[in-house]
Amino acid sequence: MSAHPKRELPHNLGSVDQVPVGEGRAFGVEGEQVAVFRLRDGSLRALSAVCPHKGGPIADGTIDQQVVMCPLHQNAFELDTGCSTTGAEPLQAYNVEIDAERNIILQMTERSVGN
Amino acid sequence: MTSILDRDQPKSQHRHPGRQGRPQPKQQARQGKPAARRRLVVIGNGMAGARAVEEILARGGAEQFTITMFGDEPYGNYNRIMLSHVLAGEENDADIFLNSLHWYQDNNITLHAGVRVERIDRFTKYVFASNGHVVPYDVLIIATGSQSFMPPMDGLYTPSGSVKPGVFTFRTIDDTRNMVRHARLEDHLPERQRRAVVIGGGLLGLEAARGLQSHGIDVDVVHSGGHLMNAQLGPDGGAILRRSVEALGITVHTGSRTTAVLGTDKVTGVRLRDQPDIGCDMVVVAAGIRPNVDLAVLSGLHVERAIVVDDQLRVVDEDDIYAVGECVQHRGEVYGLVAPLWEQAAVLADHVTGADTSSAYLGSRIATKLKVAGVEVASMGLKGPERATDEHIVFSEPSRGVFKSIVIRDNKMVGATLLGDSRKVAYLTQAFDKGLPLPEERISLMFDLGTPGEEQGVAELDDDAQVCNCNGVSKKSLVDAVKGGCNTVAGAMDATRAGKGCGSCKLLVKQVVEWAADGAVEEDPAASYYVPGIPLDKPSLMAAIRKQGLRSVSQVFAALAPGSVEDAKSKMGLASLMKMMLADRYIDERDARFINDRVHANIQRDGTFSVVPQMKGGVTSVQQLRRIADVAEKHNIPLIKLTGGQRIDLLGVPKEDLPQVWADLDMPSGYAYGKSFRTVKTCVGKDFCRYGTGDSTKLGIEIESRFQGIESPAKLKLAVSGCPRNCAESLVKDVGVVAVEGGRWEIYVGGAAGAHIRKGDLLATVDDPEQVKVLAGRFMQYYRENANWLERTYAFVPRVGIEHIHAVVVDDAEGIAADLDAAMQASVDSYVDPWTERDDPLTPGQFRTSLPLTVLPQVPVR
Repeated sequence: MSAHPKRELPHNLGSVDQVPVGEGRAFGVEGEQVAVFRLRDGSLRALSAVCPHKGGPIADGTIDQQVVMCPLHQNAFELDTGCSTTGAEPLQAYNVEIDAERNIILQMTERSVGN
Repeated sequence: MTSILDRDQPKSQHRHPGRQGRPQPKQQARQGKPAARRRLVVIGNGMAGARAVEEILARGGAEQFTITMFGDEPYGNYNRIMLSHVLAGEENDADIFLNSLHWYQDNNITLHAGVRVERIDRFTKYVFASNGHVVPYDVLIIATGSQSFMPPMDGLYTPSGSVKPGVFTFRTIDDTRNMVRHARLEDHLPERQRRAVVIGGGLLGLEAARGLQSHGIDVDVVHSGGHLMNAQLGPDGGAILRRSVEALGITVHTGSRTTAVLGTDKVTGVRLRDQPDIGCDMVVVAAGIRPNVDLAVLSGLHVERAIVVDDQLRVVDEDDIYAVGECVQHRGEVYGLVAPLWEQAAVLADHVTGADTSSAYLGSRIATKLKVAGVEVASMGLKGPERATDEHIVFSEPSRGVFKSIVIRDNKMVGATLLGDSRKVAYLTQAFDKGLPLPEERISLMFDLGTPGEEQGVAELDDDAQVCNCNGVSKKSLVDAVKGGCNTVAGAMDATRAGKGCGSCKLLVKQVVEWAADGAVEEDPAASYYVPGIPLDKPSLMAAIRKQGLRSVSQVFAALAPGSVEDAKSKMGLASLMKMMLADRYIDERDARFINDRVHANIQRDGTFSVVPQMKGGVTSVQQLRRIADVAEKHNIPLIKLTGGQRIDLLGVPKEDLPQVWADLDMPSGYAYGKSFRTVKTCVGKDFCRYGTGDSTKLGIEIESRFQGIESPAKLKLAVSGCPRNCAESLVKDVGVVAVEGGRWEIYVGGAAGAHIRKGDLLATVDDPEQVKVLAGRFMQYYRENANWLERTYAFVPRVGIEHIHAVVVDDAEGIAADLDAAMQASVDSYVDPWTERDDPLTPGQFRTSLPLTVLPQVPVR
């Protein structure tokens, strides 16, 4: 899952309206699966989409402002960092934002994991 | 007891005195350097003596000692407890030997079998044996055991001083063989039915009686006490045991003493005080045991009722003499059972070998579990209450020979007696030995009630015992979490995910955490919250929602959560609660739903979904089956499975295919995924079944039609059976209905047969299927409004109490029946089949795949 320098280009994933408020959707980006979440405050978060525990689909999880809970076994991960609050291995966290055209812009650079 | 000289008459202890009399060159060689090992002499080769030696060998004693043992029986060591089985012919006497003579040879133990020790010289440290041997010791162990007590009575002995022929004691293997021989001897004289009198109605006497009966002999038991087994049982238990024993054909005389054995040269009967003589040709004396202390008294050791020892099993005032077993008096107690002997032998060996000089024997708590004359008897501690504040719980069922009595003092069990049913004995023994905290509902000490409230001895669990079987969390992981600073139950559950699977282990998790925190567990304020993110219990939460007119989950967080912070773990519970409360006034925010409820299917381990179409009452049709078959074929459904709820499950459907599968099925959702009303299982019913008394399928279909899909705090599984044979398993359903003769219907609530087994409680018996629907609906609404989130009815019903539920639901004691019915009707009216969303997805990408590209563990396809 380590990032390559080449991947630092921003990726435009299309309209933010693809992701309903309070939910997540999965996107394939450069062969990686990325779950993009649209929080109730309107901001976005992006994490790798496969739960490290048993491979659950993270984009189908339930979220709040802080964490996403995997639907299979309720492991929770911080949306900002990917760190698990339930003792699982971490997810990859990515920078993501909304541009002026209301498109989802994803940076494939790793964000620092941890505090 | 007679002393039998050993047959080889060894002249030197350097010859092995077994039947072979084989010289032991090794030992002779050892004689050259006597300083190397100390000399250990053991007087007594019974269970205590041999066990003590085994324990010493296990602690490396063979390196420290040359061991000599004396036993006055001419055999190796055997299991005395099994003698009653030998008497009954259930065991061969060869099978009860614990250590054969070879064991003594293999361990270089010099055994003098059939040789008594007659005197100990404590000052010069020698023992003097009946065969002339004089053996020096450095360390001496006395394990002389006990002998049968012969109560005073006339005619016990012949004029020559020997015991009258036909009179037996029941203590040794020779006693047993002699009894068997005597019992068989006169089998050739069938003209007269033979009779034996057993003197003593304790454990041994009853075992002797049962054993003799197996030889075709009529048996009378004469017992001087007021009831049988008075050492272990109180009068009530003794009375029930008497019924059971008499049912076996044994005649019992209690409160009756034998004053004389009749007959001149052999036994012809016994004379009883205040009762007629009993004619018999055999008398077995089993009136208790007395410690063998003659040797100790003669040798000047400190003897009271038995040889007095300290906590190291050392004889009082002696440095090098130990004693163990039934010949010992420790802190005023003399034991006649085998368990204390094991404990004593271990402590003794710790000291004799120096393996653990801090080891101490502090006495034994006597808990016995026996089968006496075919009746299971377990007894421990007190037989009955002794103080005014003692609790005494008694269950008595004489017709089945079942009696249970438990004595509790200061919330600790201090005594128990179980007769005829010892299924709970393992748990009770633990509770007694360890002083475990007891369940508030005392009856669960006696019976498995199948409720989740059953106490477990958490202290007894192994560290690696799995507490949460869903997430594989061990006791140790939980304890580590607590030691690491999680001092609330919820905190430890979060840290380990224990209790986050099916939830059935939550009580055990709570107990482990409380035990690990050793009383320092913080009162968990969140324990009473309906959902973790809103600090309100269910009634307060519902009141606040109503008062503030909140209509969506996000409004609840904004208004009621600390800091208005939303909480992922609380969303699903809130969504369910508000839908229940508000029906079609609820503003449904899809992000508050769990994925199953967003896409109306049950997520599987590989991220695909299962599709279960509604099949009301488990009744289907040619058209439905054909359509399901076509859909399964068209969509390459990997697994088609019949569910426990009598539906058909199509497994392995990708999320993006769900709308098309539903469209092709054109059947309503079966709700096999939600915290909601699931299904009504039915039996065939009276139209076809020749036993059916009610139309179970019709009623089942009507119930399912009415309550389909309603949300509830946890899933609801129902059943309707057409007769008391209960083929639809109505007794273990959240709501189960049973047709009984006379056109009546019984309604059971709170049953379960999943993670917990519980038989439902009878809520009501009604005359009319319509009334079934009213009461079932009213119960379910009461449950919806009052149960905690994820609390199944099997926990809710016992928590609230069936009497209370009956009062509210059937008798309308609180005057809320009409409200409950109206609220349920509103939910019923707002029902919409969720699978209609197939044509018009509610959110963008509602059915878009979230499956990762990477290969996931695949569900095996059969």
